[in-house]
Amino acid sequence: MNQSISQDTTGATPVTQSDAAPGIKIKADKVKVFYGEKQALFDVDLDINENEVTSLIGPSGCGKSTFLRSLNRMNDTIDICRVEGSIALDGEDIYDKNVDVVHLRARVGMVFQKPNPFPKSIFDNVAYGPRIHGLVDNKSDLDQIVQTSLEKAGLWNEVKDRLDQPGTGLSGGQQQRLCIARAVAVSPEVILMDEPCSALDPIATAKIEELIDELRSNFTIVIVTHSMQQAARVSQKTAFFHLGYLVEVDETEKMFTNPTDERTQGYITGRFG
Amino acid sequence: MSFPVLFGVLALLTIFGYFLGRSRALATAGGHVRNLHSLPNYYGYYIGLWCAVPGFLLLLAWMGFETSILDGMLVASLPADKQNLPAAELSLLINDVKNLSHGDVTSREVVDVALQDAADFYAHIKSMSKMLLTGILVVLACGGILLARQRIAPELRARNSVEKAAMVIMIICSTIAVLTTLGIILSLLFESLRFFEKVHPLDFVFGLEWSPQTAIRKDQVGATGLFGAIPLLAGTMLISLIAMCVAAPVGLMAAIYMSEYAPSKVRGTVKPMLEILAGIPTVVYGFFAALTVAPFFRDWGLDFGLTISSESALAAGMVMGIMIIPFVSSLSDDVMSAVPQSLREGSYGLGATKSETIRQVILPAALPGIVGSLLLAVSRAIGETMIVVMAAGLAANLTANPFEAVTTVTVQIVTLLVGDQEFDSAKTLAAFALGLILFCVTLVLNIIALTIVNKYREQYD
Ligand SMILES: Nc1ncnc2c1ncn2[C@@H]1O[C@H](COP(=O)(O)OP(=O)(O)OP(=O)(O)O)[C@@H](O)[C@H]1O
Ligand SMILES: [Mg+2]
Repeated sequence: MNQSISQDTTGATPVTQSDAAPGIKIKADKVKVFYGEKQALFDVDLDINENEVTSLIGPSGCGKSTFLRSLNRMNDTIDICRVEGSIALDGEDIYDKNVDVVHLRARVGMVFQKPNPFPKSIFDNVAYGPRIHGLVDNKSDLDQIVQTSLEKAGLWNEVKDRLDQPGTGLSGGQQQRLCIARAVAVSPEVILMDEPCSALDPIATAKIEELIDELRSNFTIVIVTHSMQQAARVSQKTAFFHLGYLVEVDETEKMFTNPTDERTQGYITGRFG
Repeated sequence: MSFPVLFGVLALLTIFGYFLGRSRALATAGGHVRNLHSLPNYYGYYIGLWCAVPGFLLLLAWMGFETSILDGMLVASLPADKQNLPAAELSLLINDVKNLSHGDVTSREVVDVALQDAADFYAHIKSMSKMLLTGILVVLACGGILLARQRIAPELRARNSVEKAAMVIMIICSTIAVLTTLGIILSLLFESLRFFEKVHPLDFVFGLEWSPQTAIRKDQVGATGLFGAIPLLAGTMLISLIAMCVAAPVGLMAAIYMSEYAPSKVRGTVKPMLEILAGIPTVVYGFFAALTVAPFFRDWGLDFGLTISSESALAAGMVMGIMIIPFVSSLSDDVMSAVPQSLREGSYGLGATKSETIRQVILPAALPGIVGSLLLAVSRAIGETMIVVMAAGLAANLTANPFEAVTTVTVQIVTLLVGDQEFDSAKTLAAFALGLILFCVTLVLNIIALTIVNKYREQYD
């Protein structure tokens, strides 16, 4: 198992090296998250580098989604959820009283586990963000944004003739790429992805992984995944969570070939989780 | 034994059969459930059904036919001269005989011997009938139990039979519902046709005047009533419109608050409280409208120099609007809450605010249900009677002025039928024609609602 992963990662190695010392985009410092009385995350310190893909792995229920959702304050939508510690985006604490959540979420976009296109046309799905943020003044600019976003998401050729049809009528993989296009259209700085491929078949998954690798040049990406191979293929940095603790974080290649912690080793070699 | 007792006996036998079936099934399976095709309960139901269904049908048939058969026998036993009496006198005689057999008073001064004999005969055949029924019932029920018990074996597919029987019972019940509806529609239709023999359908549907008070004597004024339904339809529309102007915005806002903003605790209390509004008897709304709201509007109109009659479409419509708020809010709240949370998060994740999310994602996704709830409320407003009787008056004015008194289709149906009526006068029959119109309008509304809901449902799921 280790063997095959190390082979996978060799493909990504040159890319990592070619990046000149990336800056820190998000800095999580002693983050604790509570659901009511129950604590789901314990003192997580994690730096997320700019223009890199960071993957979060760990057994089910260890708090990956919780951490991801605290990065754009999506946890605010859950009444009982409370976050302590600080998360800084470009050096500014996003949990500060003065931060406008709406603005924050426009900078930190999100793609969910299950594709969730709006019950609108394909065009309107992608145009949704630009419209609510007033990013465009006229129709042709909007058309342009929709087209480039769909192109970035690798969906343009498949849907360019039926932009007015409902987004819900696409296949699962296409829907997920539509959701990515929708997130990209707002031009966020960071894109959070929570198991974006778990509902997709291997071919659609491969497409999205390819896409993630391309998006990396423009965006900072954080991805939650249950597939070790996927983490190895797409990410430069991997963080391993266990029971609410961030156990280990390192260069992806190092994580999968030579993890320091016993628990990480156990998880990635499939002994538990 | 009387019918209730017999039903009780049948129920007891059925219960006995149920337990017999269970234990018998277990016994044939050597005490191991897994040897049985179905769970032991099903064998119990199996015997229970074999006992209950024939017995129940027998009791129903007996209840339906006993009287006429006994009457026939009674008449046949009377002397020939009595048998040939006119129908009315004969039925009086039969009644007397029956009363006498119960020991009650009769319509006659003297009770002659022949009458007493007839009464005795009647009492006799009646008790015979009951005894016969009891006998047949017990034999039938026990026979059913024994027959079914014989069949019980581990291989018997009791579950399949029981489920088939359950399905048949349900089909019968739904058929009863459908047939009743059909019967009502047909009777409406036939009575309306009789009405249309007296009044031309076009005069009825397009006539502009409504004054159904036909004179009792031919030489009085207004010997022929005027049956133009337009003023009534216009009044109905006006009041429904006012009602919807109140109910639609208030109901929708309340629904949005409950499903999107209210903490679950608040929602848990507010929603049932709103639903109580729907449970208040309409007559209460009616006197609320007539005694509080209408005078308030009248006085308020005086202050502004407006003439608002003390029975106005406005008062009735407003109160009716309040009454139907829960129809809008409760259903719309349900459909909005049913919009998946993932859509909300998707929208928030793009930086949308709550109100943007509601306007652009939740409402469009919930639209079919919302339209459905609105149309349901309209149907309710159109069919509402009591509030309008009490607060909007009876005058069939053709007006679009909400400050005047108007009347509606339902109110006129009530006034046409209240009191003593001949059943074949145009006035009475007009009620059926109005009912038919009302039925058609609500039917069309329901069809529209269903098509809208179906058209969008596919797209939004
Ligand atoms: N809305 C919530 N209310 C209460 N507890 C929650 C809620 N969401 C998550 N939790 C708890 O927080 C812990 C972490 O959950 P989280 O969803 O972050 O796990 P995860 O690592 O994403 O798991 P998975 O891989 O299965 O998605 C779990 O114990 C979970 O039960
Ligand atoms: Mg998760």
